Amino acid sequence: MNCNTVYITFPELLIWFPLIAGLASFFIRNQGVAKAWAILASIITLCISLTGFLYTDMSAERDFCLNNVSYEWLKYIGSSFALGMDGMGRMLTLLTAISFPVIFVATYRKSYAGSGSFYGLMLLAQAGLMGVFTAMDALVFYIFWELALIPVYFLCSRWGGERRIPATFKFFVYTFAGSLLMLVGILYVYQHTLPIQGFAEHSFAWKAFQNVQLTAGQQNLVFWLFFIAFAIKMPVFPFHTWQPDAYEQSPAPATMVMSGIMVKMGIFAVIRWLLPVLPAASLKYSSIVIGISVAGMIYASCIAMMQDDLKRLAAYSSIAHIGLMCAAVFTANTTAMQGVMVQMFSHGINIIGLWIVIELIEQQLGVRKLSQLGGVAHKAPVLTIMLVVMALANIALPLTNAFVGEFMMFSGLFQYSIWYAAIAGTSIILAAVYTLTMIQKVFLGESNALTGKIRDISWNEKVILAVLVIAVFMVGVFPQPMLDMVKDSVTAVLTKFRNG
Amino acid sequence: MNAIITTAVWGVVMMFGGVFFKGKDTPRYAAIAGIILVLIANCLEMNDQVFFSPDLHRMFEFKPFGLLFNAVAFACTLLYFLLNGRDVARVGSNVSEYFALIFFVLCGVSIASSFNTLLTLFLGIEIMSIPLYILTGSDKRNLKSNEAALKYFLMGSFSTGILLLGIAFIYGGNELASFNINDLNLAGRMPAMIGVGMLLVLIALAFKVSAAPFHFWTPDVYDGAPTVFTSFMATIVKAAGFIAFLRLFSKSFGVLHEQWQIFIAIITAATLVIGNLTAVFQQSVKRMLAYSSIAQAGFMLFAIFALNDDAREGLILYSAAYSLATIGLFAILIRLEDYTIEGFNGLGKRSPVLGVTAVIFLLSLTGVPGTAGFMGKFYMLMAALKNGHHTWLVITAVLMAAVSAYYYFRVIQAMFFREAGTLSAEPRDITPGFKLLLIVAAALVIMIGLYPEMLLYWLHS
Repeated sequence: MNCNTVYITFPELLIWFPLIAGLASFFIRNQGVAKAWAILASIITLCISLTGFLYTDMSAERDFCLNNVSYEWLKYIGSSFALGMDGMGRMLTLLTAISFPVIFVATYRKSYAGSGSFYGLMLLAQAGLMGVFTAMDALVFYIFWELALIPVYFLCSRWGGERRIPATFKFFVYTFAGSLLMLVGILYVYQHTLPIQGFAEHSFAWKAFQNVQLTAGQQNLVFWLFFIAFAIKMPVFPFHTWQPDAYEQSPAPATMVMSGIMVKMGIFAVIRWLLPVLPAASLKYSSIVIGISVAGMIYASCIAMMQDDLKRLAAYSSIAHIGLMCAAVFTANTTAMQGVMVQMFSHGINIIGLWIVIELIEQQLGVRKLSQLGGVAHKAPVLTIMLVVMALANIALPLTNAFVGEFMMFSGLFQYSIWYAAIAGTSIILAAVYTLTMIQKVFLGESNALTGKIRDISWNEKVILAVLVIAVFMVGVFPQPMLDMVKDSVTAVLTKFRNG
Repeated sequence: MNAIITTAVWGVVMMFGGVFFKGKDTPRYAAIAGIILVLIANCLEMNDQVFFSPDLHRMFEFKPFGLLFNAVAFACTLLYFLLNGRDVARVGSNVSEYFALIFFVLCGVSIASSFNTLLTLFLGIEIMSIPLYILTGSDKRNLKSNEAALKYFLMGSFSTGILLLGIAFIYGGNELASFNINDLNLAGRMPAMIGVGMLLVLIALAFKVSAAPFHFWTPDVYDGAPTVFTSFMATIVKAAGFIAFLRLFSKSFGVLHEQWQIFIAIITAATLVIGNLTAVFQQSVKRMLAYSSIAQAGFMLFAIFALNDDAREGLILYSAAYSLATIGLFAILIRLEDYTIEGFNGLGKRSPVLGVTAVIFLLSLTGVPGTAGFMGKFYMLMAALKNGHHTWLVITAVLMAAVSAYYYFRVIQAMFFREAGTLSAEPRDITPGFKLLLIVAAALVIMIGLYPEMLLYWLHS
């Protein structure tokens, strides 16, 4: 294919731009300038991502050239700096690109000491995430996987809550240990790949990984090496213990990045790097994985009901939702897989919306305990409406975006096993219980001395929440464009999976 | 050959120079000039420009691999002299002699990377070790320094004896009655004499590179020695020990790799576990770095475990990554004076350049992608997995790497997430030049991490 006329591709732009903007941000001393810089940079990234999104209709060859790139890197060991975007990559980079300006604008009023570094680290995290979603070489993927983690660790440890140091360190060690196991897995698979070109005996390219022939025994070993890393990231029960602490102790923007985008890395990695590479082992262990995912859903939902802290409640509800996505991925069923794709996007939007609302309440009142709140609706009607929409989307009410995804995932799970579907289905009821209880305790009822002081939200927060609400309904009512976008990825993965 | 001769000559120059040098800083400048000269001489040899070519009777062999290692070692020494030159002068009054001893160590390093007989191996190891005994005890009035020197000397002599005994056994078992490491001709079977000799040599070399269970001297010696010299001992000298280890075992015993591989596997696992788990409990950063050097040695042992091309490249990368990061960290540590972890509290705010470069060094030691340390670990793991069936060892290694994050990150936490106490002393003698050098070192760490080919280029061309 002749790509000579293409000077720079979308994946490169999406990585280098936030990276350079982030590095530049470290040298900004003034707080206002740092904020403006971060918002400007993230909006430009969003524009790049949208442009890439709109260009999809062009001729296949040119489209390929614009979205795929490969540079010679470590040619003697068969690794090249290869990036590429298929439907899933496009969708997740779009989610990443949308999230950051939303987060920056929504938290505009909150000031962080040393904001140049703060926004610099945020933008570096964005670059790392973009890299994870576009990497087409296992080594490049691994490097970005870690690079997305390091800035977030620094964000949480420096600007987090009181117990931030132990909480985020637990998070770091957990994920670091997991990803090192993944590194062993990658190297193990690498030793059995065929070279794509030239010098090296083996190759790290995604194509080579897809075509690797491993015996059943080898696949079983590598499966767990990969899966533990991804399960920690998602997180799936029983690897979730880092998550509530980390979410609770992190500064709000970092929490939003973690729960909105970083947890999708785990699901994404399963779809891109686990199912096509290790089809036999994935099939063999699918019932175990679905079993622990479903168990985790129920477990997390039950704990969420008992929580008195808004952040911990949202954290546990997130574990439950991710559990469903993880289960649906392993059903290896077209409907469920498409549902997962839609839900990855929707969950990102919804959970970020939810965190924004929680953050707004905490910023004004300084507390986030359900028992101390109440009657917020009297004073802050707009905030209440926004939260109710987000909360209902979170429990997948029809017309909201999460309904589409969850419905498809449940229908796939139902085809896989009625029992699993039935057990998992109860988590919807549990979700309704804890979400509605939360709405009731925070927004309804009598306002007390504390909540009487709350003011309604200002224009920037209104705009951001309105954008998110529109996104919620748009995807909820008309999900077809999104399904079309990810169709190629779903078909490719499942074809490989069934033939492998 | 160039390196051996220039280091030896310059060592002698420095030794006698002590009498003639007038100014306070002259020995330091002379040493820096000397190391640059040595580095140039070595680079010339890499391009086939040899000053002398005497008949060596197959005692030495100069290959790109050994020369590349020399270049890395000399470049790191140059950085070390530039960063720590003044601190060397602070140890005692015989400044010129300290530098002379360091040049003699470097002579031993260049022998260790090019020996071709068991005798030259012995010479190389001893020329490396004996100056170090003296440097360890150079802080004469400090009881700990004296204790460390004596301990190091006694233990070192003991292992030297074992090394000699092993060499004698191997020589006795060799049908050709030759000391040459290529003449062993094992052809698939290991005579008992040579087997015993190999084990004895293995033990002696494991002692020199502080692999468990022969590591007991390391923490006390590294802790007791003046910190400037610890920095040198723990990095360049240790890496040179590994080069010698690798060279001997691949040339002499490479054919029977599978028979002795399990010994190395056990030593590696023990070194990793003991080094990392003990480092977790240290309160002093200096002592933590001593244990971390044991832990890092565990990773370098993978080169001898795997014994393939990736492992050789990995060892070069690892030596460079580990030496750069550790020398940088020690340079910062020396300026702090308070060696406890609390001494680092708030350093990131007090002195951002020191804080950020220290973070890069620590991330590299942990093995975070984007730094040279990652590439080193990556090549080692790749080599080990390519070699075969000991996947358990690789998994142990990565879990231990995760443990190492615990103690390295404690320093990062202290620097950036904790406030400075009222008692924390300001780091002293922070000149713009010092900061610039730290930035250069950190940039090198990142550049090697992103593009290791810039170092390995010499092996591939």
